[in-house]
Amino acid sequence: MMREQSFSLRRVGAMTLRYSYLLRSSYPRMLEMMYWPLVQMLTWGFLQAYLIGRPGGLAGADATAIGAGSLIGAVLLWDILLRGQQGFSFSFLEELWARNIPNLFMSPLRPTEFVVSMMTMSLMRLVVGMVPVTLLAIWFFGFNLWALGLAFGAFFAILILFAWSVGLFVAGLLLRYGLGAENLVWSLMFVIQPLGCVYYPVAVLPAWVQPISWALPPTYVFEGLRSVLIDHALRADLMAMGLALDAVLFALAWWSFSRLLESAREAGSLLQTGE
Amino acid sequence: MASSTPALRVTGLSKSYGATVAVHPSSFALPAGSVTGLLGGNGAGKTTTIGMIMGLIAPTAGSIEIFGRDFLKDRYSALGRMNFESPYVDMPHRLTVRQNLAVFARLYGVADVEAKIAGLAESLALTEFLDRPSGKLSAGQKTRVALAKALINDPELLLLDEPTASLDPDTADWVRSRLEDHRLRRNCTILLASHNMAEVERLCDRVLMLKAGRLVDDAAPAELLARYGRTNLEEVFLDVARGRAGAAS
Repeated sequence: MMREQSFSLRRVGAMTLRYSYLLRSSYPRMLEMMYWPLVQMLTWGFLQAYLIGRPGGLAGADATAIGAGSLIGAVLLWDILLRGQQGFSFSFLEELWARNIPNLFMSPLRPTEFVVSMMTMSLMRLVVGMVPVTLLAIWFFGFNLWALGLAFGAFFAILILFAWSVGLFVAGLLLRYGLGAENLVWSLMFVIQPLGCVYYPVAVLPAWVQPISWALPPTYVFEGLRSVLIDHALRADLMAMGLALDAVLFALAWWSFSRLLESAREAGSLLQTGE
Repeated sequence: MASSTPALRVTGLSKSYGATVAVHPSSFALPAGSVTGLLGGNGAGKTTTIGMIMGLIAPTAGSIEIFGRDFLKDRYSALGRMNFESPYVDMPHRLTVRQNLAVFARLYGVADVEAKIAGLAESLALTEFLDRPSGKLSAGQKTRVALAKALINDPELLLLDEPTASLDPDTADWVRSRLEDHRLRRNCTILLASHNMAEVERLCDRVLMLKAGRLVDDAAPAELLARYGRTNLEEVFLDVARGRAGAAS
């Protein structure tokens, strides 16, 4: 008898193939993946142009930061975070909507393989949705996210790891509590927006909120972005802290997912998934 | 050498949800190549029992051995050799039949995916539907697709939860014939939960009767008819469901 491998790229490939079939089956959905990031980019880009261009406008550090693209840069990075998590969660929701969970969990597919396939799809969805928008940002507003080079690589790594941690935690809740938890997929990340200081420095927050903000990896990215744009310096300390927090949060998310999966088996809810 | 290890052995298997006992401690073993019916009314514990054997529901107590190995400790050594079908579990509607089968073939490590799909499509009369979205099929066609998925890895243990529910008699009979074919070709062990007594009489060489989560009888269909003094399993089922004298008398 052939021994089953404990982790199989073939099975990850099978799941990625399944999600890519879904993606290709609906061009309106593919366009929608670009639509919201584009709307956001245009809105904040024009606001930035207005703030810079109005008579007697911004001065000092605000002018420097916004003139360098801190608003449009932040909105693009925010969309990487938001769409990264939603891309992960959307793949999982597809299984619940299709009542396919029992088929998957009684197949040889391991939970790790399932999770890796959702991470892969999250990246593919980002490529489809975000790459064109970042290129349009160069054309419309002269802001080139790619020109941030190594800094962009670090920002992306921190944001996507956090996005996957949130996605994994929500997936566990969906397994355990079913589609009653679906709203979390669309809303949970928005709690991060004010606390993660996407558009303003942490110093703006009340003193008692600041420790909460610094406990979130995205805060280090948005502070780091402002540092790169204003001081032209990549703060390695911020990036290291962001990645370290990510590692802790991802481990916690994985533990929660595993516990919620076991709890779903205890409660018999894996057989009752779907609408 | 023929193996005497049962394909499936459950010992003292039970499931409780809080104070509610869904399945009382039950023990049975299925020899390789046998077809066993799991009979009982609504809420008798059939789906819970099958769910535990599939690894989707954690038992409260007891053990499950599949192909001689402890399934609760090492489910993945068995899952590639099993499969299941139920009308209450679906496949992604927007994928075509071919795409759905291709995904499951790869999950189960089927060697020649295209040839396997073509063979199954031919034997289950699905060839003309292969490139149609699964959501646009009739109930009978969907059942055939679900059966194709259940047979994609040539399972040695097949779990079926009311496989012919909501099918017309002709389609249901056709599905039973395909299951008999598969059993004979592959020496497959089948555990079949059903409300359809004619189906159980035709397919099963043994019947486990469940009532309110308890295994109340376990015998070949002919033995059950003799024991309850009945001419068909439907009457036996009613005797058990209504608590009339039978096995105990």
